[in-house]
Amino acid sequence: MIEISKLTKRYGDFTAVDDIDLVVPRGELFGFLGPNGAGKTTTLRMIAGILKPTSGTIKVAGVDVAKDPITAKSKLGFIPDRPFIYEKLTGAEFLRFVAGLYDQEGAEVEHRGRELLALFDLEEWRDELVESYSHGMRQKLIISSAFVHRPEVIVVDEPMVGLDPKAARILKDLFREYTRRGHTIIFSTHTLEVAESLCDRLAIIVNGRISAYGTMAELRRDLQGGERDLEEIFLRLTGENAARNLVDVLDA
Amino acid sequence: MSSTPESLAAVDVLPPRRSSSGSMRAVGPLPDPPLLHLLLPKWLTARSRTMQGEKGRGARFAILGITGFFFWALVFGVLYRLLKYFRGVEEIGALLAGKLLGLILLGFTSILLLSNVITSLSSFFLAKDLDMLVAAPVDWFRLYGAKLLETVVASSWMVFLVSIPMFAAYGIAYEGGWTFPFLVVALMVPMFVIPAVVGSAITLLLVNIFPAHRTRDILSVIAVLTAGGIVLLFRLIRPERLARPEGFRSLMDFISVLRTPTSPFLPSEWVQRSTMGFLNARPEWLSVYLLWTTAAALIVLGALLHRWLYLTGFSKAQESAQRATTGGGTMARLGRAMLAPFGVLRRELVMKELRLFFRDTTQWSQLILLAVLVVVYVFNIKYLPLRGEGITFFLVNVVPFLNLVLAGFVLASIAARFIFPGVSLEGRTLWLLRSSPMEVRDLLWAKYWVGTLPLLVLALAIVGVTDYLLQVSDFMFFVSVGSITLLTFALSGLAMGFGTLFPQFETENAAQIPTSFGGLLYMMASVVVIGGVVVLEARPVYSYLSARAFGAPADPTGMVLWFSLAALLCIAATIIPIRVALSRLEAVER
Repeated sequence: MIEISKLTKRYGDFTAVDDIDLVVPRGELFGFLGPNGAGKTTTLRMIAGILKPTSGTIKVAGVDVAKDPITAKSKLGFIPDRPFIYEKLTGAEFLRFVAGLYDQEGAEVEHRGRELLALFDLEEWRDELVESYSHGMRQKLIISSAFVHRPEVIVVDEPMVGLDPKAARILKDLFREYTRRGHTIIFSTHTLEVAESLCDRLAIIVNGRISAYGTMAELRRDLQGGERDLEEIFLRLTGENAARNLVDVLDA
Repeated sequence: MSSTPESLAAVDVLPPRRSSSGSMRAVGPLPDPPLLHLLLPKWLTARSRTMQGEKGRGARFAILGITGFFFWALVFGVLYRLLKYFRGVEEIGALLAGKLLGLILLGFTSILLLSNVITSLSSFFLAKDLDMLVAAPVDWFRLYGAKLLETVVASSWMVFLVSIPMFAAYGIAYEGGWTFPFLVVALMVPMFVIPAVVGSAITLLLVNIFPAHRTRDILSVIAVLTAGGIVLLFRLIRPERLARPEGFRSLMDFISVLRTPTSPFLPSEWVQRSTMGFLNARPEWLSVYLLWTTAAALIVLGALLHRWLYLTGFSKAQESAQRATTGGGTMARLGRAMLAPFGVLRRELVMKELRLFFRDTTQWSQLILLAVLVVVYVFNIKYLPLRGEGITFFLVNVVPFLNLVLAGFVLASIAARFIFPGVSLEGRTLWLLRSSPMEVRDLLWAKYWVGTLPLLVLALAIVGVTDYLLQVSDFMFFVSVGSITLLTFALSGLAMGFGTLFPQFETENAAQIPTSFGGLLYMMASVVVIGGVVVLEARPVYSYLSARAFGAPADPTGMVLWFSLAALLCIAATIIPIRVALSRLEAVER
């Protein structure tokens, strides 16, 4: 469903994403992990068609994002990490607007929007301007907007930021159920427990390169370091001297 | 792993420990950052912005520098000539110069007060650094001082720049000598501080009454209504009549009017008295004393008010905007029905543009000012002395032609304010538009037509009404209506093009966007296009008017050629910028 081949993104001399290959098949919930600045957001924004790769190809549902961006994007929903949306639209208007961008309208879209807002406890706020929403409510509205047009693939950057525990739980269930129905979700997160419990497969990206890739069992087997959980695997791959540095910093 | 709490405690990484009594151990004197330290981030930001080696920076500075120089030269030149003339007039010359200075300074004071009220709302209550500053151990008086200084600079720099050539003209025309600039500095510092203290105090009171976000809406409407009211009032009293001596019964009446202070209790009057006193070798130190003591007293009062009300106001400002349920169901249904032929995507894009515009008070309130300017414009045309002896058919028909130029400038300014910022304002939501299956063309289409259609209605209204008032010939009516229609499309296209080529994605305030370098270039390009159209049409219009007035033969082929060239210029100025905008926006990565 998502096929990434030799994907590279450079900003001047700095290489943010370095020759990545990745395949996420249909119906899979895929987790993308890595330290800050590793290249997660850049990769996800390239899949969403927001950034142009320096080289390499991305296919979404078999469609090349560079060659036929409109068709590829019509199969995709994107949830960014920062919930910037139009302050002067109401929640319902925003969902209607997003559906319109995908050329969808009518009773079915209205019904879907209503159901999604109700799911995230925003029903009461549907006719309020977004400017009066809290950070978490905006995030819930953006998540709803990614589902309102029923995309085949959803790309999510840090979905849990700003969500209350109930909404986080709902989102996890929603992701699970959505992929069970044959759709594909790729998401980045720093919450390793979420990644471990939710994802079918994972990739850990460090300095723009994928340093580990597979199911939890495959990661444990491949690393052969005796790590039991994802946190230990993550820390080993991204620099286990972090704890010692912490002592140095606090002593300084 | 060695980062367990036990392992961290073992190496003593958690100082300071609690003493046996359970209270914190004293760790030295309380932190007390100086006032300038609070302004350091602003200074460093400004410095790094200036030092940034971005592309085209040299050209940008050069164009800004040249434009600024010409503006200064123009202000200086006009004022200097006027003051030289005043100096030559016995008795009333000095009075006239003083009156003029008083009026200009009164205008400055009004602008400064309005600007300070609005700026202090941002600097004291909405700025992003406030959370950190209020949470830090910063003394309340330091915070007040730092934010007041920030407000003074942010709201007074433009008046400061304009006042330089003005005082230079006074100083040189009246031979003020080398001490004059020092006097001006001594006068202008309190002149800038007083409106800032008063403005921030007004905002402080307003924020304590209304929520900050609502206050911003209220202030923008008040500011626009006030500005509009001043302009309208000033025009309706027809000040040009005051210049006619026959309007006064005697010279003594005229002099007594000039001697009356414009506003005896305002700092502008004190600055005027000291300046003119100094320049006429009759120094007036009481006014300088009044300026400084008033400024000092107001700072103390402002600080006390700040101490008393700031935290309550700041706390209220943190509350999110009130829940604002929107009605407008019928309008929305009507809009959707009318836009149905354009398809779902374009309809939703247009609806979004309209909603964002009309729900943002800071945007639509400027329409009031616009309406005032149009009324003033039509009023000016109505009172043009184009009747009576010596006014030829030729002149009556040339005026509407020149009217095109003025109408073009009005339209260019409106397009700069409302169409130019369109793409910039999408900066933060570009992720949504770029990740959806939408052609960039559709976005620009919606923005172009939502901006252009109202502009066209306005253009036709201005030209139609003024042509009617001037009772022009049918030929001139068609020329002016046709030209203004094509010019409107071109000016909108240019605004869209330059707005996309020089976007200000990080600026949230739409009113600031046209003041950018791109906005300046847009205005210059507009002047070129308006001038080009007028130059190209001047020949056939002259030929027609000559034929009508003197019976000279008109050349229809030549006329068609020149009008076609003008039309071609407008079409090119419409299409090329939009195409450039299209490819630029497609390449934007955010």
